[in-house]
Amino acid sequence: MDVKVLQKTMDPAVQEMLLRAEQMGIETVWDRYQAQLPQCGFGELGPCCRFCLQGPCRVDPFGEGPQRGICGADANSIVARNLARAIAAGTAAHSGHAKHLAHTLLRWAEGKAPDYGVKDEAKLRAVASRLGIPLDGKDVRQLAREVAEAALADFSEKETPVAWVATTITQKRLEKALQHGVVPTGIDSVVSEIMHRTSYGVDADTVNLLLGGVKCALADFAGCHMATDLADILFGTPKPLVTAANMGVLKRDAVNIAVHGHNPVLSDIIVQVAPEMADEARAAGAGEGVNIVGICCTGNEVMSRHGVPAVTHSVSQEMAIVTGALDALVVDYQCIMPALAGVAECFHTRLITTMPISKISGATYVEFHEDHARETARQIIRMGIEAFARRDPSRVQIPSYSPQVFAGFSTEAIVGTLALINSEDPLKPLIDQIVAGNILGVCLFAGCNNVKVPQDSGFLTVAQELARHNVLLLSTGCGSGAFARHGLLNPEATEKYAGEGLKAVLTALGQAAGLGGPLPLILHMGSCVDNSRAADVATAVANRLGVDVDQLPVVACAAEAVAEKAVSIGTWAVTLGLPTHVGVIPPVLGGPLVAQILTQDIKGLFGGYFIVETDPKKAAEALLEAIRERRRGLGLAA
Amino acid sequence: MKEIFVRLDRCVGCHTCEIACAVEHSQSKDLFRAISEHPVPRRRLFVEWVAPGQKIPVLCRHCTDAPCMHACISGAIRRTPEGVVLTDTDKCIGCWTCVMVCPYGVIGRHPEMQRAYRCDRCPDREVPACVASCPTRALVYRTVEEFSAGVRQTAAAEMLAGERG
Repeated sequence: MDVKVLQKTMDPAVQEMLLRAEQMGIETVWDRYQAQLPQCGFGELGPCCRFCLQGPCRVDPFGEGPQRGICGADANSIVARNLARAIAAGTAAHSGHAKHLAHTLLRWAEGKAPDYGVKDEAKLRAVASRLGIPLDGKDVRQLAREVAEAALADFSEKETPVAWVATTITQKRLEKALQHGVVPTGIDSVVSEIMHRTSYGVDADTVNLLLGGVKCALADFAGCHMATDLADILFGTPKPLVTAANMGVLKRDAVNIAVHGHNPVLSDIIVQVAPEMADEARAAGAGEGVNIVGICCTGNEVMSRHGVPAVTHSVSQEMAIVTGALDALVVDYQCIMPALAGVAECFHTRLITTMPISKISGATYVEFHEDHARETARQIIRMGIEAFARRDPSRVQIPSYSPQVFAGFSTEAIVGTLALINSEDPLKPLIDQIVAGNILGVCLFAGCNNVKVPQDSGFLTVAQELARHNVLLLSTGCGSGAFARHGLLNPEATEKYAGEGLKAVLTALGQAAGLGGPLPLILHMGSCVDNSRAADVATAVANRLGVDVDQLPVVACAAEAVAEKAVSIGTWAVTLGLPTHVGVIPPVLGGPLVAQILTQDIKGLFGGYFIVETDPKKAAEALLEAIRERRRGLGLAA
Repeated sequence: MKEIFVRLDRCVGCHTCEIACAVEHSQSKDLFRAISEHPVPRRRLFVEWVAPGQKIPVLCRHCTDAPCMHACISGAIRRTPEGVVLTDTDKCIGCWTCVMVCPYGVIGRHPEMQRAYRCDRCPDREVPACVASCPTRALVYRTVEEFSAGVRQTAAAEMLAGERG
């Protein structure tokens, strides 16, 4: 095996496609990364400011050159302002996704979007109650309207805290946030506030800027939680199911259409409509009809609800096209590399963009509107069927990896599984096992694959080490993707990697659930907005114990983070009280005070803190130590 | 004669020296106009990357016993009285033997003029453009004696600190 390929990715399917791409002369994200090296150290360290026309300014990290920008901002203030804007961008992305779902629910309630509906009435009622909306005498449509309106109201500035923060975190956490002045009153308004306070001549105090970032991060949490809630209402709350992942899920004899991006507003409809087009596909020569596969978070959404398999994720997204078997790639927004257009041109693959704010030159734009969703979905699938006719079978090479994947572990599903052991007090079995030490603690894996890290190496190393030490593992997003593609989201992985205590607990739960074996090693909780599900589990346990989340032996790990969304999620994870590992160095080391606050001082404020460590083995040790420190704090054996 | 020395521990890979070099070798000497000039201005020094994370500027050493001068069959490469090795574009026949023999790989082929070009130590400036532009002073313009004296100072201090333990 080519050493250079191993340094790029641990995924055998991606390795195969990388060799193919090289033979075919197709430029990949790894080639473009190589061409960017060396990357500018001012950017890497963070003290580079382009926020006014007097710049650009930078602070010499070696202390010889200028130590302040032209306006007088020092390195810490420059770094803090850059970080705050990254949090704002992440918040805007997640909450934009949530807003889109809210509009869809409202339009359905108004009768304008008949292709949608309330799939989970129980969830609708639960969310309404949580928000304090009375249920009596209201039909589903009326309740849906009120929940959608409450969601939309959360975006502008109000006199009261953002509802999706105030009704979701622990009371103690809310009080702490109020105490530090970091409770947002509107999701969009705090994003706007960040843009204001970081522009020329506004906020220059490092601590104030970071607290402003924390406030926005809580709004990001609200956006994530809202997106999860509304998607569950519209498309169903996930229940555990079995599917597969990696490129072997592509079928030679089917029209392969990948959904990529984030919002199930689009992907769920495509998945619903696809079986109706099977005959058309067969008429075009595809004996197995239409095969929908997923990339990134929207893939996670339809996997969790419909068992749609994932073909690949994140940094290796181009490689799905290099198989020569992908007939269409339909995208909405976020994490979609514009390079896909160039790779698609080398094959028959049709790249289809669907959102007015997310276009790529070289792609075909088919505007998706909720009011005629199914019709547009049919049009898109038809384009895939047409493209299939142009597929050259001699250019198809499908790597034969497709490990089994268990998915669909929503909060409701996890609590439901625990309820099989103790129906009156379902959290008690989990708490008992943590107290007994059979489960040392809990770790949530989240985030992306970063080209700077050999793909999946960070996730796999940390997960295997923590599992060995009996840590219960949860995952979301492309973190789940990494585990899915390497076969860690199934019971075989439990047998292979879990410590004895963890194995015993997962086996007991699996038996109770009728699996005839243990639960999978890592519980896949869904997409990146579904990190809110994991937060809900931590909050529920904290409430049950009468403590706050920052006392629980629960940690988070973004081993290969990339997007600004990862920065905002990491910040709310810390704010909610979780020690949070980041496996790549964020652009903050040029502002030593900022680095100190994020990794040390913030612990005194919120209990959570960032652990920045690029060596996965050391990261695992740090996470285990953080878990043990929490256990000692609760009087548990560490 | 002064040389351009590189303090490797100071290079952050910002590529400012490359941009400054290209602008200095343009007609307008102004960045905003230079980017649309023809022939396109070219940098004569290169910030390279060595795994896992070293940033290394590589530039013409203006060797006293220059392999490129020996290799040039058209006499296009000469040495000025100040010791700067220059390529005369008019005399260059584009045989690229100088490119083959240069141990630093710092001789380029101009895409429009089809002739060799390389660092000329900025004859119109007191301090070469790259040195003047470097924000971390990784590039320094000093005589061999000045540079070595600086290194000796640091080494002496370290030796003393080492002896004292």
